[in-house]
Amino acid sequence: MAATTVPDKTTRRHAGRAAGPRAQGGRGGLSRKLSQNLQAYGFLIGAILCFGFFSWYPMVREFIMSFQQTKRGVTSWVGFKNIKTIYHDPYFWTAWKNTGMFTLYALVIGFAVPFLIAILLNELRHARAYLRILVYLPVMLPPVAGALLFKYFYNPEYGLFNRILKIFHLPTSQWLDSSNTALISVVIAATWMSMGSATLIYLAALQNIPGELYEAADLDGAGLWSKIWHVTIPQTKLVLSLMLLLQIVATMQEFTNVFLMAGGNGPENSTMTVVYMVYQYGYRYNNFGGAAALGLFLLLVLAGFSGLYARLNRNSD
Amino acid sequence: MSRIRYRRLVAVALVAGIGLTSAACSSSDDKKDDKGSSKSSSSSAGTPLDPKTKVTISVDCMPPTTKKPERKQWLDDIAEFHKTYPNVTINSKDTFPCEDTDKFTAQLQGSSETNVFYSYVTDLNQVLDAGQAADITDYVNDKTVPNLKDIDPNVLAILKDDGKLYGLPTTNYSMGLIYNRKIFKDAGLDPDKPPTTWDEIRTDAKVIQDKLGSKGVHGFFEYGAGNQGGWHLTSALYGAGNNVVSDDGSKAAFNGPEAASILQTIHDMRWVDNSMPSSAGKAWGESQKAMGAGQIGMYLAAPDDIQLMVQQYGANFNDLGMAPIPGGKTSLMGGNDYFFKKSDSPDQIKAGIAWINFKFLTLKKGQFNYARNKTDGIPVGLPQPFFFTGQSKATDTADKTQYATVPVQNYKSYVDAQVPVKGEPPNAQKLYTVLDTVMSGVLSNKNADVSKLLSSAETQANQLLAAGQ
Repeated sequence: MAATTVPDKTTRRHAGRAAGPRAQGGRGGLSRKLSQNLQAYGFLIGAILCFGFFSWYPMVREFIMSFQQTKRGVTSWVGFKNIKTIYHDPYFWTAWKNTGMFTLYALVIGFAVPFLIAILLNELRHARAYLRILVYLPVMLPPVAGALLFKYFYNPEYGLFNRILKIFHLPTSQWLDSSNTALISVVIAATWMSMGSATLIYLAALQNIPGELYEAADLDGAGLWSKIWHVTIPQTKLVLSLMLLLQIVATMQEFTNVFLMAGGNGPENSTMTVVYMVYQYGYRYNNFGGAAALGLFLLLVLAGFSGLYARLNRNSD
Repeated sequence: MSRIRYRRLVAVALVAGIGLTSAACSSSDDKKDDKGSSKSSSSSAGTPLDPKTKVTISVDCMPPTTKKPERKQWLDDIAEFHKTYPNVTINSKDTFPCEDTDKFTAQLQGSSETNVFYSYVTDLNQVLDAGQAADITDYVNDKTVPNLKDIDPNVLAILKDDGKLYGLPTTNYSMGLIYNRKIFKDAGLDPDKPPTTWDEIRTDAKVIQDKLGSKGVHGFFEYGAGNQGGWHLTSALYGAGNNVVSDDGSKAAFNGPEAASILQTIHDMRWVDNSMPSSAGKAWGESQKAMGAGQIGMYLAAPDDIQLMVQQYGANFNDLGMAPIPGGKTSLMGGNDYFFKKSDSPDQIKAGIAWINFKFLTLKKGQFNYARNKTDGIPVGLPQPFFFTGQSKATDTADKTQYATVPVQNYKSYVDAQVPVKGEPPNAQKLYTVLDTVMSGVLSNKNADVSKLLSSAETQANQLLAAGQ
């Protein structure tokens, strides 16, 4: 069963190989195939059970819950009522707008900055290992500690950032305490905390680029930007596109940082993300059907992005 | 191991795995049957538990090991309870959520709460919607809970639905104004005359700011996110005698001159007088931290904050005072209680009621054993719990005064005011989300238009309430 349901190249290869004996002879072939693969099924069953219980079942359950309501202990089917409730929530579009803005900011800051740092690290001749560790260090900080640290830095009165701005006689900011700056403040902090991992992945991709390509570019008289544009980016395209997708999926599910730094919804609901809204429906309004319906919206959007990625990748292959 | 034997082993493991899974499913069904049969075999509900009955109950919210005296008292009380009910086994849980509302919700959804489970009194609807609360109406009377007649009917009413009782209170409070007496003194204000209106709060906050602002002290503090701002604005509106929602819970009712006036005062404190921290404060706990550190003069709060500030944030009981909610018309009430799991057998319910009665509702016993609290260093004299009336209240007040370890006169104006209490509005959390926007609007925007904020919030609240019907 697993060999046909898991859309993975490895399992597809196995299934192809298992088809051999069947071609040789009817039912005997099938039972031989089964007995030959018994061990494989034995090992697979653990993974299937784990994925089934902890990944697939919750997804199916969420789908079912989107169309149910529990009142006074009685669960009933309510059709599209939950979806309507969510859609008519006055903050529905606010949450999507904030999530979209969060993703956009995160892409502008969180996608470009680690790539540039990776290029710089790759160009360095000295202290590369030391700097690599330095860049990766923030990732080792527990997310909660990182968020609380930034919350402290952002404090308009005694926070580090405003103190630095004051030293240079620059205008200070309200950071997390203004609806204009709260979201971008969270993005900056989140990017800083996760930048190390992305940088190392880009660095690994950069180091796989054959040196001859740069030498050839040098001979052609290419400058730094020309080399980045014509050699580096095309050679790291696959990693870049995968990271782009992963980042979109991750940032659209933003919860931890807005929850810890901005109290969830933030000033004038400026940091209310879709996942925070899911949390509100589930844990504040006690409306799990509504939470599931909103989760379904998000799932569809993310599935759309994943599909787009798969399509683009197939085209590029 | 030969290849064939190895394959057999794998096959056996597979079969065993599938078997175990189905056994696990069927055993849960069996348990359900057991509960049903024990229910039908029970004696009548209104009689107290027969001391000979052998029954086991799990109870959550045992004080954690970090609260040494409270934990010791819990265990001592169980030992004393056993003298009357030697056959009742109490499995106390301190790992279960006590005041972690998210875990509590998750447990309700997973039906994994204890037989007798702790909650906020405002959680009744959530517990009923999850189908987890047992109806204890027939079990609670003056034999099973002898002080029942003296428990404030308003407090019991919050634990009732459609005339049926579902829980028993253990503590309760009404919102008021906590203020720092030392800061008042240092600013030249009279700590025995705390402000009682929003105008007075603004005046006093400005005096504090002008005198002590250079030392990092602010006059007033307010929340603006995480539904805390909405909760506080509701308290403020109750103080002004307002409602936030119509009686049937279908329409918003907060957009009025009182709300506009309160919000304008808060806005002016923040932006005109600068008597509030420029950080509006996000998560619950920040006001307590700031007050504990002696950095703010006043904020809206419940009296249980006083103990928290002393125990966790280094405050001194002598520095803290409590005044009634500004306006003083009505006060938002809250508190804690224990519910009984719907699947409990009648004997489990009876045993649970007997334990709650002993630990939380009997004068001079359990939490009301003030002599012991004094010896163990647990503060005596704080203005809570507040649920007794009549003779029980008189006895409680006398005991509290006799063994007081905290300056009870600091809470005199709060206690004397006797502001009538009122529960949370229906759909409270939804309304708090909307009111948060209003509160954060005035706190984060210097040019905030209060009436525009209120009318837009009214539209949004009506939309939310209509969508949730």
